[in-house]
Amino acid sequence: MSGDWAGGAGGAGGRLLEVRDLHVQIPTRRGTVRAVDGVSLEVAGGEALGLVGESGSGKSMTLRAILGVLPSEAKVTAGQILLDGVDLVPLSSSDLNKIRGPKMSMIFQEPMSALNPVMRVGQQIAEGPRVHLGYSRARAAERALELMRRVGIPDPERRFRAYPHEFSGGMRQRVMIAIALSCDPEFILCDEPTTALDVTIQDQILRLLARLCAESGVSLIFVTHDLPVVAQLCQRVAVMYGGQLVETGDVRDVLLEPRHPYTLGLVRSAPDIEEVRESLVPIPGSPPSLVSPPSGCRFHPRCAFAEEDCTVLPTPLRELAGRPRARSTACLHYERCEDAAGAGRAVP
Amino acid sequence: MSAISMPEPALAAQAEQHAQPRQARRWYRQPALAAGLILLGLIVLAAIAAPLITPYNPIKQNLTASLLSPSAHHWLGTDQTGRDTFARLLYGLRTDLRIAFIAVLLPFCIGVILGSISGYFGGWVDTVLMRLVDIVVAFPFYVLIIALVFVLGPGQRSIYIAITLVGWVSYARIIRGEILVAKRQDYVLAARSGGLSPVRIIGRHLLPNVISQAIIYAMSDIVQDILAIVTLGYFGLGVPPPTPDLGSMINDGQNFLTTHWQLTTFPGLAVVLVGLALSLIGDGLADIIRPGTT
Repeated sequence: MSGDWAGGAGGAGGRLLEVRDLHVQIPTRRGTVRAVDGVSLEVAGGEALGLVGESGSGKSMTLRAILGVLPSEAKVTAGQILLDGVDLVPLSSSDLNKIRGPKMSMIFQEPMSALNPVMRVGQQIAEGPRVHLGYSRARAAERALELMRRVGIPDPERRFRAYPHEFSGGMRQRVMIAIALSCDPEFILCDEPTTALDVTIQDQILRLLARLCAESGVSLIFVTHDLPVVAQLCQRVAVMYGGQLVETGDVRDVLLEPRHPYTLGLVRSAPDIEEVRESLVPIPGSPPSLVSPPSGCRFHPRCAFAEEDCTVLPTPLRELAGRPRARSTACLHYERCEDAAGAGRAVP
Repeated sequence: MSAISMPEPALAAQAEQHAQPRQARRWYRQPALAAGLILLGLIVLAAIAAPLITPYNPIKQNLTASLLSPSAHHWLGTDQTGRDTFARLLYGLRTDLRIAFIAVLLPFCIGVILGSISGYFGGWVDTVLMRLVDIVVAFPFYVLIIALVFVLGPGQRSIYIAITLVGWVSYARIIRGEILVAKRQDYVLAARSGGLSPVRIIGRHLLPNVISQAIIYAMSDIVQDILAIVTLGYFGLGVPPPTPDLGSMINDGQNFLTTHWQLTTFPGLAVVLVGLALSLIGDGLADIIRPGTT
């Protein structure tokens, strides 16, 4: 099941980030939390992959595992994270430090708390190039100014010496993006970077990210629970539920023709500007416990289509036949989604 | 309120009002801090400029002029060996302040470094260091200092060693606690995600955010150190005579307390003033640089 949906929209060749059967576990007093349970992903050069799911579905943990910055209690218990064929999981933190920054970087949800409050923003942007690229102070400062211009911070010469609290939320997120770009990484992991921003700023930031991706060929893994955001920015999407992937494929395919009842639920519970629906349909129930997840399909207790076999059979991702592009679902009875979606709305 | 029709000067005034909380944090707007700084400045100035203020040599005895009362020549009189009390007071301040400021630096540096390591890395390093801290804290400060200096023998070097051995624990505790909280902040996660080394994360990202707490504590720690130095001098464990020192002056004057009260009172008063100045500075600094108020 690993890596079985390669060859997405990117296809530019070259750089490749591969996650194979990743397991992350957190021991707690109530038992072991299986935060990530067998996730496999692939991102090729220049591609933007959306990782969607509810809070606590393991999206952020997956990102942090890729970058090797899991909370101290959490451990990668199985699986591989391959960057250009090199497994990152067994690397020491000092070896990882040569990758974090120049090859991969991260953008966080809260731009205020992710910036050091007592350090000038220019210096925070210049720090990466100084450490990783061996730039002199002057050259790193120049690089920071160039980045600030690139991410659209007005008057960078003056703003260079400002502190984070002197910036608005959107400007802070631009600073974060500048920091993430500072060492020319190949992959940027975004952990809900627009969630804390209001909608107009969110749109600006998304456009900026899309432009930067197109300009520099950087790949994104974009974690969010916001489907429209994924539709705007990403070519492919992976849907996570209870620490596992339940559906993957091209964004249009997945969002317009969901083949997993959970994705269908997500789509139906999001408002749509083009089509006025009578009411949004929430998904009943609540996310599963990751200490003792339901047997069989983890979604079955909340699923309208669940059958007897859903409660017992394992549900790995399976490729869908007859699709132009790699598309897979974990649902045993995905045909029912087809019927439900067909009844619910017109498929273009 | 009609914000739209607000004329420009009014807008400017409003902007100025917004800027005011920051202005108020300037040092000269903090009465406690300003008073402390001025007082300490005067004391330090007097100690440094001692040779210019008084013509007398603080260690030169003049047995024909012993135990004189205050006069125009000897502002605070003379002691039993005819040394000018005012001169000894100024030079004594010089000695004690110098020792105190140096003695606060070593425990500050050692405590901050060990506290950072303990708080950031945790694990067995933290356990070992904190048990060590517990052991030192279990003894009363002055008792431990006096015992250590007693073992090491009187003198400046012993004072530095004793204060360092005992003093670092408070800094280590403060910094460890602050780092434990600060390292959970997103900016530390961001710094780790940026591939920065632990040394750089601690030095450039964590310490600038938490060091103010140690600086505030250092102000009250100097007071404690000065008291320790004076106490040691009083017990004859401090700077060996004839170097002037406030503690030994208080002790020497004690024998003449009923007839020549100024011999003991003024050195004691000097200690109180130094302590007051440093406490005021510590309070004022705490108000200004306490994190979360900027």
